[in-house]
Amino acid sequence: MKTAIEVHNLTVSYHRRPVLWDIDFSIPEGKLVGVVGPNGSGKTTLLKSIMDLVSHDSGYVKLFEQPLEKVRSRISYVPQRESVDWDFPISVEQVVRMGRYRKGNLLRRLTSHDKDLARQALQKVGMEAFADRQISQLSGGQQQRVFIARSLAQEADLYLMDEPFAGVDAASEDAILKLLQEMKQAGKTVVIVHHDLQTAREFFDWIVLLNTRLIGAGPMENIFTEEYLKQAYGGQLTILSKVADLVKERDFPIREKQYRDKL
Amino acid sequence: MMEFFTFTDPNVRMVTLGSILLGASAAIVGCFTFLRKRALVGDAIAHSILPGVCLAFIVTGSKNPWYLLIGAVIAGWISLLVMDYMTNRSKLKTDTAIGAVLSVFFGLGILLLTAIQHSGRANQAGLDKFLFGKAASMTQQDIITFSSVAVVLLLIVLAFYKEFKLVSFDPDFARAIGLPVRGLEFALSTITVLSVATGIQAVGVVLMAALLITPAAAARFWTERIQVMLLLAATFGILSGFFGSFISYVAPSMPTGPWIVMLLSVIAIISVLFAPERGILARNRLQRQNTRKMLLENILKTFYSIGERNTALDAPRTVTALQQKRAFGREELLRGLQRLRKQGLLSHNDSDAWSLTAAGIEESRRVVRLHRLWELYLSERMNIQADHVHNTAEAIEHILTPDVEEALLEELGHPELDPHASQIPYASKKDT
Repeated sequence: MKTAIEVHNLTVSYHRRPVLWDIDFSIPEGKLVGVVGPNGSGKTTLLKSIMDLVSHDSGYVKLFEQPLEKVRSRISYVPQRESVDWDFPISVEQVVRMGRYRKGNLLRRLTSHDKDLARQALQKVGMEAFADRQISQLSGGQQQRVFIARSLAQEADLYLMDEPFAGVDAASEDAILKLLQEMKQAGKTVVIVHHDLQTAREFFDWIVLLNTRLIGAGPMENIFTEEYLKQAYGGQLTILSKVADLVKERDFPIREKQYRDKL
Repeated sequence: MMEFFTFTDPNVRMVTLGSILLGASAAIVGCFTFLRKRALVGDAIAHSILPGVCLAFIVTGSKNPWYLLIGAVIAGWISLLVMDYMTNRSKLKTDTAIGAVLSVFFGLGILLLTAIQHSGRANQAGLDKFLFGKAASMTQQDIITFSSVAVVLLLIVLAFYKEFKLVSFDPDFARAIGLPVRGLEFALSTITVLSVATGIQAVGVVLMAALLITPAAAARFWTERIQVMLLLAATFGILSGFFGSFISYVAPSMPTGPWIVMLLSVIAIISVLFAPERGILARNRLQRQNTRKMLLENILKTFYSIGERNTALDAPRTVTALQQKRAFGREELLRGLQRLRKQGLLSHNDSDAWSLTAAGIEESRRVVRLHRLWELYLSERMNIQADHVHNTAEAIEHILTPDVEEALLEELGHPELDPHASQIPYASKKDT
């Protein structure tokens, strides 16, 4: 089985306080992966570090055994819904078309092929009737579906989605779940940040369990054991968070120079 | 004044054209500043370019607009970097950084300006125009310089329109797909600095931020489309540029900037008040409609609940009887009754009593049905005590749309009774 994501010894700080410590795991291709853990366990930060949106203190990430820059067009990222201003004056279709923007087509207009793909993506999430709506007029679930449509329009092989089920109505949840199954069937890898343990069991076949450190990563049934869950949800390690506070307070580096991991 | 409008004077033509161009370009660039929520940063930049302009004059000893522009851009950029550095590296918040940079840079600018004025240099006259602007004092070279910069800015926005749009809306996504976001943000900041700099002579640094932000803010009220917003903002910018050069000719002793700001403020106030949907009047109208809808539906419901007791829904009721059932003010009740009569839902008889028409009965059943369905939904699906559901339902019954009603009926399985064991009235064909 080929590896979709390899995370090696990743340490990441937020406002200079370490929020991920030496995370190390890999994910095979073609899985529906849930990134699960309590609030503040670094799930979003993990996704952002994979996309290189936050800088690493140590470690590296490889996607399809290559650095991100080489395979960027095969990766799609769906940010948290709350990360943008939904009062922005654009229509649903305009947002979905953004999925067709490329580094290579700066200055160029979208082709009709691009526009078709955006249309199809909108159909796949069942939102084609809303193409001309202004995005602020959508419900939370619909907004989420628009984001997913934009991501589908990218035609990627690996999808990283940050909380696509948060604040979503039942109809949207069903639509998204159906899509995920189709994507899995088509051999895509989908990594989803998710906060609900109950549904995580049903949705995913692979789990990355986090609580600022990696608790476990592997097939769902291996990870969702009482012992692992207790570790993840039994609160943060007191000494570890004390050390994180010290690092922040003293503005201390995470690695001495000669121990930096190199890609 | 006639001389201005006939445009026979080539100088008038030039100044007007120049002002229009820089008004349009500032407004369009400002749309992105506004959408990225950087309005205050724009203001800080505008104030911060003053020391740059003064230094450029001191160093070169010339009022050549290119030198002044270069000085302005460098100062504007330094101010941006300082603001970024302060927010990223110290614990100061953005608003503090903006305020500090604005006042320090502007203070420095005023110091330099005063120093220049007291230096006795021959050609220093006119530098004070940079504070509040004077469109008519622009030389031909000024106009050509500022106008060509304005045109270049417009072309840049046209070329990178879709990328600027994405970076303003969702920078994380833009970074994720590999767009050079840092470069694009640098470009956006640079065109902001430049468009502020083009306005120094016509509008002045103090009020230039108004020409940047106000057209965008006003345009946002009228549309939900970014393309339309850009065009509208450009129109407002053009109007203010035109007006500015006009004022500058008619009232030569007046600074142009404040006049342009006055005009823009009028446009903004009109937008805030009268824009459909987003405007204050439209919102007030909507609220009045809501209040009226509530009143009318409450009256119908009162007829229903009196009629429900003695099973005669269409029997006439007096105003006093209605008021006994529900605490209506007399005035509003009478107004509501008249309105319902006009809508054909009530009839009024000789002995000053009112009764539901057939259509009125149907409508009253609908309102009561929605009320009771919602009560049932609250108690069944949200586990709210039966004695707590009434007040919420009183408000919600008025906003439930037919498709929500359909969904409620579906979900609750066309129930017979509400939580208080009252009959839920269905449309009469189902009922009989």
